[in-house]
Amino acid sequence: MTNLLAAIGRVFIAFLSQIGRVSAFTALAVSHTVRPPFYPRLLLRQMVEIGYYSLPVVGLTAIFTGMVLALQSYSGFARFSAEGAVATVVVLSVTRELAPVLAGLMVAGRIGASMAAEIGTMRVTEQIDALTTLSTNPFKYLVSPRLLAGTLMMPLLVLIADIIGVFGGYIVGVYKLGFNSATYISRTWEYLEPLDVISGLTKAAVFGFMITLLGCYNGYYSRGGAQGVGAATTNAVVSSAIMILVFNYLITALFFGQ
Amino acid sequence: MTSVPPKIVLTDVHKSFGPKVVLDGINLSVARGESVVVIGGSGTGKSVMLKCILGLLRPEHGSIRIDGEEVVGIRARERDQVMRKFGMLFQGGALFDSLKVWENVAFGLIQGQRMARAKARDIAFDKLAQVGLSAASGNLFPSELSGGMQKRVALARAIATNPEIIFFDEPTTGLDPIMADVINSLIVKCVKDMGATALSITHDMASARKIADRIAMLYKGQLIWVGPAKDIESSGNPFVDQFIHGREQGPIQMELRA
Repeated sequence: MTNLLAAIGRVFIAFLSQIGRVSAFTALAVSHTVRPPFYPRLLLRQMVEIGYYSLPVVGLTAIFTGMVLALQSYSGFARFSAEGAVATVVVLSVTRELAPVLAGLMVAGRIGASMAAEIGTMRVTEQIDALTTLSTNPFKYLVSPRLLAGTLMMPLLVLIADIIGVFGGYIVGVYKLGFNSATYISRTWEYLEPLDVISGLTKAAVFGFMITLLGCYNGYYSRGGAQGVGAATTNAVVSSAIMILVFNYLITALFFGQ
Repeated sequence: MTSVPPKIVLTDVHKSFGPKVVLDGINLSVARGESVVVIGGSGTGKSVMLKCILGLLRPEHGSIRIDGEEVVGIRARERDQVMRKFGMLFQGGALFDSLKVWENVAFGLIQGQRMARAKARDIAFDKLAQVGLSAASGNLFPSELSGGMQKRVALARAIATNPEIIFFDEPTTGLDPIMADVINSLIVKCVKDMGATALSITHDMASARKIADRIAMLYKGQLIWVGPAKDIESSGNPFVDQFIHGREQGPIQMELRA
């Protein structure tokens, strides 16, 4: 019994100290991001990496999400003769919820993993120590550009995902379910409010920050060669995916909770 | 002469990781322009000592003075100033694999000293020539070079900013005996040409004999012998004798348990 309690206690303490370390890392990273020197070239490279090269995977995710949403809500709503709501359901679900969350999860897998692996490898091969000896702060050089690029580019990606997702719904609605094109479009706009899109983009910015932060954090503190880098990569993806889901709820509650 | 403080002074430096004591009261003084080599078995704390001086690790106790100035616990900005005096050759090279060879060499100039790229590039190619590398290799990536060439690039990077103090972490590890001798000669030449102070750690005795003015032996967290390099054969210290002749039998018992 005491052993069990001790084990629970140890896990709890480890959990708290982990939170403490992530918080300290976050504070340090943010404070270095807002103070010079800045590295615009590196920022640009990360923005291209995150924003441009994630477009195909995010676009594919969005179009199929929009399509399946139209299909599902049509057949479901037909049970109580509310087929007309399909366009509204698609646009609200995509902008508020599905585009930011699904794009976030895809980017977590793509960007979070690669950041953790890259920075982790730099850690275990002493490249991060080398940066310090060459009078370059590793936070400013490695972490800040990634953090900034993630926070700036995710909203842009999600905005594009919004458009593509709604378009996916439109294709299914008009070409498969027989909606009139003009009606579908007007239904899409009818109940859409700026806050729906804004809340989604806010989520995207927070998710972008979380993904890059946890990618950098796990890479930065990775230990012990290939295995350590592998563990760091896994942790980066899993922890940022969980944080995305948690913060998705919190931000939704903030915007729309009564 | 007596008014000039030694370049590096370590006084009673202690460092442990959890219950494991790694440095247990290190005292060492390195004069201006002198080359000191610290020898010792694997895991005796040689790298930890170097990282304490560099400020990558913080000792729990003791003082480290560079040019008479205390560096333990100084602020980040002052640390940057001290760091400019240092050059470091890492054991594995620690070259940035995302940058070309010449960009690696010029890194300290461009990022650390904010020098214009074109000028830094010229200096980088000069330094590469100094370590016997052609201009063509400057435009390759580090992964395209052999181990010996990577070591040369790392050496060129370490000396690129004309540092007053250069640290060499196992400069010959992983090289064949001839390439090791080439690197040793380059180290001697570079250090003497620049009038730099050098502190090296190694367990390669051929390397130690060649590059050292003085040799210190680290064992169980303490320097058990310090003396001129030519006296190493006649130290009269059984620990030193066993180490430099590489005997299994002697006062040093290998701990086979981790």
